[in-house]
Amino acid sequence: MIELDHLVKRYDGRPVVDDLSLTVPDGAFCVLLGPSGCGKSTTLRMINRLVPFDSGTIRIAGEDIRAVPEETLRRRMGYAIQSIGLFPHWTVEDNIATVPRLLNWPRTRIRQRVTELLELLRLDPESYRGKYPHQLSGGEQQRIGVARALAADPELLLMDEPFGAVDPITRDALQNEIARVHATTKKTIVFVTHDIEEALRLATVIAILERGRLAQWGAPIDIVEHPASAFVRDFVGGEGSGLKLLGLRKVAERMRTGETAPGAALPADASLRDALAAMTERHTDRLPVADGTGRVIGIVMLADLVR
Amino acid sequence: MRRSDLIASPTLWVGVLFLALLFGMPQLAPLFQWSFPGVSPPVFERGSFFALWLSHAGLVLVAGGAATIFGIALAVFVTRPAGRDFRALVSTLAAVGQTFPPAAVLALAVPALGFGPRPTIVALFLYGLLPIIENAIAGLEGVPAATREAARGMGLSSWQLLRDVDLPLAAPVILAGVRVSVTIAIGTATIGSTVGALTLGTPIFDGLAGNKLPFVIQGAVLVALFAIVTDMLFARLERWLQPPGTPA
Repeated sequence: MIELDHLVKRYDGRPVVDDLSLTVPDGAFCVLLGPSGCGKSTTLRMINRLVPFDSGTIRIAGEDIRAVPEETLRRRMGYAIQSIGLFPHWTVEDNIATVPRLLNWPRTRIRQRVTELLELLRLDPESYRGKYPHQLSGGEQQRIGVARALAADPELLLMDEPFGAVDPITRDALQNEIARVHATTKKTIVFVTHDIEEALRLATVIAILERGRLAQWGAPIDIVEHPASAFVRDFVGGEGSGLKLLGLRKVAERMRTGETAPGAALPADASLRDALAAMTERHTDRLPVADGTGRVIGIVMLADLVR
Repeated sequence: MRRSDLIASPTLWVGVLFLALLFGMPQLAPLFQWSFPGVSPPVFERGSFFALWLSHAGLVLVAGGAATIFGIALAVFVTRPAGRDFRALVSTLAAVGQTFPPAAVLALAVPALGFGPRPTIVALFLYGLLPIIENAIAGLEGVPAATREAARGMGLSSWQLLRDVDLPLAAPVILAGVRVSVTIAIGTATIGSTVGALTLGTPIFDGLAGNKLPFVIQGAVLVALFAIVTDMLFARLERWLQPPGTPA
């Protein structure tokens, strides 16, 4: 559990983080969301003390982070940034092994861990471990960046717009990867982005920041359905928020069981937005729905989407 | 390196030429006698060229080594958060050191240090500092900000950041500065002979004073070849020091 308690950070007397308090539960995927200059990055960098704060406290598992030496603290947290910052003179293996080596892990354990992480990020360990960063594509580099952040099995993962600089297709793949990594490892993740779609897709809980203050805190669907202010409503997309809502709900929620319809079945965990897209493409108002094994278990109808 | 590369290497051939002239200059006496009749002896013989070169190289090594250590240390200091305020001052001082003519430094250093090698070492040291400091600062500041940010975020200490990230990535640029500095110092060291240091400049100044042109040529050719060979060796060192994974 991470507790931010009345946190304040000023630059030249102007507050960039202004009396911010929030509690991230263990295992959460917490997205700090907001426009440029809202203090989301600063907040993230205060958690690993890259930025000192002026007042307030941050506690991790009840422990005040200022009671821990900076370097020790950072080695307990993974850190991935938009510009990645791989060490260009080290191989992929050495890059991933940065923190385990700082922690003096035995060599065989480090090697084994690098293999594990490359497999987790779906890169072939034997062909990638010896490569240098300049031999990798942007998407591959960011995977290595994420692997490096996960290397020493940190209690917490901090990510600062990690997918902000890659092309849309790669970003989509990386978002799938990190969602899968979160589901597999159950690590607490604090993730900064200004991309509302990314936030809605990944977060279990979202903190929307407005000029250094907490504008709203809640599950993605609450924020889209019940924006707390005009600022939040505008930010989550005014007109487009209907589509966003469809994107957050699963087909299973609106399914009619016991009926069937022609055509290829949609998985039950697809979103209502996927259903709408499929209906539009196929010029139909009903689609069969299948469970995980592919067995048709019901249908979803156009009218159900807007219910 | 492959055998054929070694044989085709200009470094090797210039080096062989340099060594041949360094040890074989007296054998060229007939050539100089024929070219400059009336000059006697035709080849400088107040000391062996090898002994002069040894002393010359020693002066450059001591002054260049000191300038390298001191210059890199200063550059490291002014690129750390604690020393950032001194950055402009250090650059200015180094530039001033460079504008002082080495001959003037010698003249000023002799009353304090006496005749001999010491004033020469001081002059070479001051004169050689600028390229080293400037390049070391440029190299250290050229380390990508993202790499340093990630390194600090991983929990590298300031010392680990310097040793594992900043210095290896800046090494090629720093070495280029040392290369310029040392090459210049080899040429400049010759004027040390005017205040009693033994260098390859000794025959040059003897020849100028006694109107013996062959001595001037012998000293000048050896100094030039020495500088060229050193420069070529540095070029090899630079290639070797290039961090892996960075395109040259």
